[in-house]
Amino acid sequence: MPDKSNTTPTVQVSDLHKSFGNLEVLKGVSLEAYEGDIVSIIGASGSGKSTMLRCINVLENPTSGTIQVNGEALEFKRSKDGDMAPVSNRQIERIRSQLGMVFQGFNLWEHMTVLQNVTEAPVHVQKINKAEAIEAGESLLKKVGLWEKRNQYPMVLSGGQQQRVAIARALAMNPSALLFDEPTSALDPELVGEVLKVIRDLAEEGRTMILVTHEMNFARNVSSHVIFLDKGVIEEEGPPLKVFSQSESERCQKFLSELS
Amino acid sequence: MEWYWVTEYAPKFVEGLWITIQLLVLSIGFGMALATPIGLVQVTGPKPLALLAKGFCSVIRGTPLLIQLWLIYYGLGSLFPSIPLIRESMLWPILRDAFPYAVFAFSLSVAGYSGEVMRGAFASVNKGELEAGRAFGMSRFTLLRRIWFPRAIQNVLPTLAGEFILTLKSTPLAATITVFDVYGVGSMVRQETYRIYEPLLLVAGIYICLSGIIIGFFRWIEHRSAQRRLVGVEH
Repeated sequence: MPDKSNTTPTVQVSDLHKSFGNLEVLKGVSLEAYEGDIVSIIGASGSGKSTMLRCINVLENPTSGTIQVNGEALEFKRSKDGDMAPVSNRQIERIRSQLGMVFQGFNLWEHMTVLQNVTEAPVHVQKINKAEAIEAGESLLKKVGLWEKRNQYPMVLSGGQQQRVAIARALAMNPSALLFDEPTSALDPELVGEVLKVIRDLAEEGRTMILVTHEMNFARNVSSHVIFLDKGVIEEEGPPLKVFSQSESERCQKFLSELS
Repeated sequence: MEWYWVTEYAPKFVEGLWITIQLLVLSIGFGMALATPIGLVQVTGPKPLALLAKGFCSVIRGTPLLIQLWLIYYGLGSLFPSIPLIRESMLWPILRDAFPYAVFAFSLSVAGYSGEVMRGAFASVNKGELEAGRAFGMSRFTLLRRIWFPRAIQNVLPTLAGEFILTLKSTPLAATITVFDVYGVGSMVRQETYRIYEPLLLVAGIYICLSGIIIGFFRWIEHRSAQRRLVGVEH
């Protein structure tokens, strides 16, 4: 493992709490992802893993805790509902544009073609020259094997194809980290492989990724660090070998054995 | 049936038709410019603005357009001349005319009815697509302009077409405040020639054509976007 003591983590979350009303979903969780790290968050449904991911780019306002992206701490103020709200929309927008997100339900913009989906944020958020964005977008679509579909609308694509477009769309921002929120959970089983292959290729390129997933084999094979979340706390974490084979946590063992 | 008068009055009908078209297009333009924020604040808040918007829609939709038109024309129209600042301003020649009052009244009507349509339209857009916009760093305004509004309007094109046709068919009310639209010209012909049915038939025919144009235009837009979504765009 490389020495990381004098580098800044790409994403650093510490002591994150999140409540929905009286329900405390996250009870103080922390995470660090350095450049090139692939952090997988696993756990049962309702364990809070998607919420944890969604707090990183503040799609959910955390209740307390700190979040840093590329060394920049997000500034929060207390809002009326008891959660923390961003102090500056500008800062949040800038931080979000450094984090590419891939959703469970793809969430492609249906009124735009595949290529327009990919060039939208570079052109209208990052204000990159349109011709350059199109060139970069086309090469990203080639990379995910969908260049031929560039002028189609998302509606006519299969789920697997839509998710690959969504990955290209996230890459188009040239993000410092990619956030995947159960990227294969909404897919038919026969389409899971094509999406995992794209993510695996990104892992091999050394992309920094934080991945919420139910694909245990995949998490075991590609991750540099695995977090097992249980009822809002990190019950076990470490390199995949430790979590998957040598865990001393009973809950973790039970969760993994029930899956296989 | 006697149609001898048609050639004589044709230029008047063309003028009236032009007034009707201007009235319709301006009212839809201003009305939609108001309907969009009226619909939006009811979905996003803040609460006081949402209540205000809801109240406005209820009042507009709950009272006859004829009465709104008269209140605006006879109310504002008699108030303005008593204010010297307006009387002496450059706008006075315009405000002396009935036409701007008609545009104002019809715009409010479009805003009230279509504001309700737009509220539903904004609320029906897939939350995930909006979230994707936020996740990619879009500001609220960019999100609205690039994702939320275009997706919302796509869902309600047929409903809006219906609203606009209803607006077209309300425009003859403007004749009651001396705007010489195509219906106003028809009435004039009736009074001057004592022919009752023919002018009415001609006016009805003109409205059918205008409705047809609106329907055709919206069908074309819908068809084009549906076609594109199914088969993609040729470059």
